[in-house]
Amino acid sequence: MAIAKVLGIETEYGITGGPDGDPVIASSILVNAFARNGETRVNWDFGDESPANDARHMPLLTSVAPLVESHLANTVLTNGARFYVDHAHPEYSSPECRTPLSGLLYDRAGEDVLLHAVRVANDNALGTPPITVYKNNSDGKGNSYGTHENYLVERVIPFPEIVRAMAPHLLSRQVILGAGKVGYETEYFEDLAPRFQLAQRSEFFEELVGLETTLKRPIVNTRDEPHGDPERFRRLHVIIGDANMSEVATFVKLGSTAILLAILEDQGADIFPPMPRTPVRAVRAFGADLTLRQGQEAVDGTTRSAWDYQDELWTLANRYVAGGDGSAVASEAELKLLLVQWREMLDGVRDDPESVADRVDWVAKLRLVNGFKERHNLRDEDPRLRAIDIQYHDIRPSKSLARRAGLRSLLKPEAIGEAFHNPPLDTRAYFRGRCIAQYPNEIAAANWDSIIFDLGVDPLHRVPMMDPLKGTAELLGQLLDNAATAEELLRALGTL
Amino acid sequence: MTEQEHIQQPPSKKNDDTASIELVANAEKNEQLKNDLDNLLDEIDEVLEDNAEEFVRNYIQKGGE
Repeated sequence: MAIAKVLGIETEYGITGGPDGDPVIASSILVNAFARNGETRVNWDFGDESPANDARHMPLLTSVAPLVESHLANTVLTNGARFYVDHAHPEYSSPECRTPLSGLLYDRAGEDVLLHAVRVANDNALGTPPITVYKNNSDGKGNSYGTHENYLVERVIPFPEIVRAMAPHLLSRQVILGAGKVGYETEYFEDLAPRFQLAQRSEFFEELVGLETTLKRPIVNTRDEPHGDPERFRRLHVIIGDANMSEVATFVKLGSTAILLAILEDQGADIFPPMPRTPVRAVRAFGADLTLRQGQEAVDGTTRSAWDYQDELWTLANRYVAGGDGSAVASEAELKLLLVQWREMLDGVRDDPESVADRVDWVAKLRLVNGFKERHNLRDEDPRLRAIDIQYHDIRPSKSLARRAGLRSLLKPEAIGEAFHNPPLDTRAYFRGRCIAQYPNEIAAANWDSIIFDLGVDPLHRVPMMDPLKGTAELLGQLLDNAATAEELLRALGTL
Repeated sequence: MTEQEHIQQPPSKKNDDTASIELVANAEKNEQLKNDLDNLLDEIDEVLEDNAEEFVRNYIQKGGE
């Protein structure tokens, strides 16, 4: 039975500049600059993090679990997000959102968080040379960093069914959601030497299923860290996506994946199209095929291109919504928008790419690359083409090529401004964000599923938040409005 | 003629001071795309990083997740 698809995106940003060009220092400067500028000073509580838990429940001796680097700068924002240094990147992890559109909004707000941090850092000469930030996934030299989506899924669904149902979508959705890449950067493509790929991330994937995130990356990641009641909930951690500059692409990325998960929960895995026989080869081959027609053999002997997979998956989703389902994901109006845009992007990339250059990032980018190449009569290897690829993702409005490419917007600027400061109303992010805003000096630490209050005397008080759908404005708004101090809050909650 | 569909989020019990997200689905193709590729390329000429070779060479990142 489909449960609410609470979701969110964590984005590792590319970063240049800062003292000695050290990305760890530069990233820390950004996080601290943001905190110092008054938004928040609350620290993250790492106590319950367990990224080494594997959904398959098998001890994997060859698998390396990611480290949680607890000594690096990190903070919790008044909009419920987490802003921190992950490895050598500034990372913004959006608050929990109830719908794809909300997920888009808080992802977009994250870009403004980074922009604000950069401006504060550079204005105060905290980063010298100036720090620049890019919302992309690789440096063209074989180093990749992720844009991860998270989706709430019923715990009762066996993990192999999630793999079976979702792998085809995850490896084929790049035909409309890929951010595009000039050239290639792994050994795998040395012979084929593709001039342009649909996605940034595809060539970095080496396994179908696995726990890793920094090497031997898997199409379906098994991290089992629900940040909630582990008996009811699973958090599906998707690591294969590209960072999108296109708002419509981000919306369709979240919406399509969420609706397919709801279908899995309601109807089971068997109605999904069959997996490719060689999924790793498929995800890379699909990414390098600009004709979108190359097929891969599926386990049932049939052949499908990435486009074919998306077409079948869209049909599944369309039927599901037409049958009256989908409330786990969004309102009827939002579902309609999702299905229309998904369909148009799909038909567009095959029949009339120009018509979707305002929504499909790889089409927009390729248009710039090809246009520029023709105008200046450049060779494929000309560095200006790779420069366009990188600068497409520059987050500064003054420099970003994506911001000039005529991408369609779904969001009102006022809404983005709101989401910069305030949390969603309809998930536990609301409680977190309001507490950060109202009691910043009375919070010892916070994380996804709890807040620890410090009332100035022992003991500390931990408020668990094990259900992403509790702690909403509806449930706690008034209580928060009436509690001037953390002590009053805790009394009203009945925990003091 | 521009067709605009305004899709309002269904009213839920939310505070008045929170902005709602209004969806504007513009059925007309963005004119800029068809007619202004040249203008767009002009802009890129202006804002593209000077010394692209150095810029690209210096853009190195540590692997992340």
